[in-house]
Amino acid sequence: MSDYAAQVAEIVARYENDADMLIPIMQDLQAEYGYLPAQALKDLTDSLNVPLTRIYGVATFYASFRLAPKGQHEVTLCMGTVCHLKGAGRISETICEEFSVSPGGTTPDRLFTFQAVNCLGACALAPVMVVDGEYRGELTPEKAVEILRALPDEAESAKEKEASAR
Amino acid sequence: MIAPVKRIKTAADLERIRGEIRASRDPATKIVRVCVGPGCAARGANRVLGLFREAVEESGVDVKVEAKGVGCHGLCERGPIVLVDPGAIFYQRVEEPDVAEIFRETVLGGRVVERLLYEDPAKGVRVRTAEDIPFYKAQQRIALGGNGEIAPESMEDYLAAGGYAALAKALAMDPEAIIAEIETSGLRGRGGGGFPTARKWRSCRDASGEPKYVICNGDEGDPGAFMDRAVMEGNPHAVIEGMIVGSRAIGSNQGYIYVRNEYPLSVERLNVAIGQAREWGFLGKNILGSGHSFDIRINRGGGAFVCGESTALMASLEGRVGEPRAKYVHTVEHGLHDKPTNLNNVETWANVPAIVNQGGAWFASIGTEGSKGTKVFSLVGNVVNTGLVEVPMGMTIREIVEGIGGGVKDGKAFKAVQTGGPSGGCLPAEFMDTKVDFDELAKFGSMMGSGGMIVMDEDTCMVNVARYFLNFLKEESCGKCTPCREGLPQMLEALDRITTGEGRVEDLDRLEEIAGIMSQASLCALGKTAANPVLSTLKYFRDEYLTHIEEKQCPAKVCRGLFKYMIDPNACKGCGICKKACPVEAIAGESRTPHIINQEICTQCGTCLEKCPFSAVVKV
Repeated sequence: MSDYAAQVAEIVARYENDADMLIPIMQDLQAEYGYLPAQALKDLTDSLNVPLTRIYGVATFYASFRLAPKGQHEVTLCMGTVCHLKGAGRISETICEEFSVSPGGTTPDRLFTFQAVNCLGACALAPVMVVDGEYRGELTPEKAVEILRALPDEAESAKEKEASAR
Repeated sequence: MIAPVKRIKTAADLERIRGEIRASRDPATKIVRVCVGPGCAARGANRVLGLFREAVEESGVDVKVEAKGVGCHGLCERGPIVLVDPGAIFYQRVEEPDVAEIFRETVLGGRVVERLLYEDPAKGVRVRTAEDIPFYKAQQRIALGGNGEIAPESMEDYLAAGGYAALAKALAMDPEAIIAEIETSGLRGRGGGGFPTARKWRSCRDASGEPKYVICNGDEGDPGAFMDRAVMEGNPHAVIEGMIVGSRAIGSNQGYIYVRNEYPLSVERLNVAIGQAREWGFLGKNILGSGHSFDIRINRGGGAFVCGESTALMASLEGRVGEPRAKYVHTVEHGLHDKPTNLNNVETWANVPAIVNQGGAWFASIGTEGSKGTKVFSLVGNVVNTGLVEVPMGMTIREIVEGIGGGVKDGKAFKAVQTGGPSGGCLPAEFMDTKVDFDELAKFGSMMGSGGMIVMDEDTCMVNVARYFLNFLKEESCGKCTPCREGLPQMLEALDRITTGEGRVEDLDRLEEIAGIMSQASLCALGKTAANPVLSTLKYFRDEYLTHIEEKQCPAKVCRGLFKYMIDPNACKGCGICKKACPVEAIAGESRTPHIINQEICTQCGTCLEKCPFSAVVKV
């Protein structure tokens, strides 16, 4: 039994072992762990009796599935048409340069995972990004960097706490 | 709050309870409606609503006040929007500090806070109500009818506004008669295809095989389109009611709503609404005593654009990768799980209750010969009034962009309007008086699509726009069929060359050739229409392509490398900000003397232009 087996079984039971529900099952799994751990997917193949190839097919076809752990924060930049016209490309470039990250990836310090998505449907605010569920609109490259710089680093604050405790 | 004692079991019970809800509402109650649609919410509308609720609680005393969050009101540009009844006073750009004043002056005092009213830019006067605002004047709201009125999470609100009356009416009708009514209405699919809804319903009803499925396509993927989101989040019961009516007409007991992954709030609102509908007896077994049973489940998409295509969506519902299949096998006969399946888009479903209530003839009296009713557009881009608009079919582009939208932003010149998302096209200024309906737009190489309408100004490079859509589709092509999988990268390669000054005149012929193959040989609409943005820009903006190729210039100064950044010596104060900001040290100059950009070193990142406080950096 792996660390994930019990959780996987619980989620699969939620959907009455229905393989049609593979996508919602994987969405729940990702909600649980923040990504799809390889071992959990192996457990899923046993529990749901679906080939691992199909599971990986689904995991890699749909953009919202992640096979690697995410950072402390989630940053989603809209690359929709209006945002594109208003300079989202330049914002994406700037974020990637400033934080050594690429779209779909996580910063080396694991501060945030950066996603560039097709359209957030909030065109009145273009260019727009969502930081931990909060919409931040009318961005410029500068403003975007400023917002991301201000993200609290839990790892850092944990260290500080430890230091002050000493 | 009136909770149903138990499930509503008959149409008569429904009317009795509706009467009770209406009677329990004190007409003297003052109502504050705060738009918490995506645009307003992003500008802090939820905090504004919270403050209103606090104010209501604290004031207490003898005035009855209700503060509620409502769905998208449309004029996102001016959010957060707050409406106060009585008087339907329309406040815009309401911020947290304004709440106390609105509450004191308007809610309690009955006085208008002038400074928060909308100012008509043409006349320079402030207006009190939405009807007086040019943005709303020319609109006619059916699909968006309940948005901004009802609280999306309140069944009482929906019922008080006449909700589920269409369902009761439809359940008393013969299923054939429901389809006939939809046929009379002339309703066509709002998701982009424009297929006659009644014909689809009838084919599905007549198809052999059980069970039959009903699907609502809420996978609104076109960038720049958010009308389905506004309906799902602002008036979810309208979608559900439409689906139940459809299920009765078709003879289905199981429905699905497939919602885009990027819309978590839509999922939440629909879940709440479905829960309520079950509780009140509009979903489940023997609905309103009619003998008809129907239930709905929600599936979230996985972030794949192609899943907006009906067969790909069904594959996704079956837990597989979203690959479309050939169209000659009709989904109305062999759809989900190979069973007869009827799929319509959110806006289509939301129109159904209104048609049943007011009659097909009423709906057909709106619109044009071939396109009946209204259509919701998300009017976005370089336009003054960004937002959602619902207009009768057949309104001209000019009436929408200039009349409702207030024209191009910042006094710039209009260049094109892009409709139909990545499958659509760009129409230039000479088509401003084209009537917007399914057939007219298609005639000129664009399409209605799901209703995105993106206004582009003179600073937009049309080659860059075409490249943007192509790149989008290349990323989203599922890869199943060769023309789409291989055609898109080939076309993109040519556009990459053109936008970097490496283009050849032959590239244009090549683009048209590949476009032709893709439109004929691709499996699904994604591939078949993928070349439209390229073809329409080639048709109407060919000069721009040629300037990129022959003169290695980007006339709109967007394509990097095909224009230069220069410093205007007359405007430069020699402050040194750009020099410090330049990431490659390409700027030189002494303090207080005009600076110069070394073109050899400059990477054209544009940082200097963004940073210069004197607008001395120009593109040439």
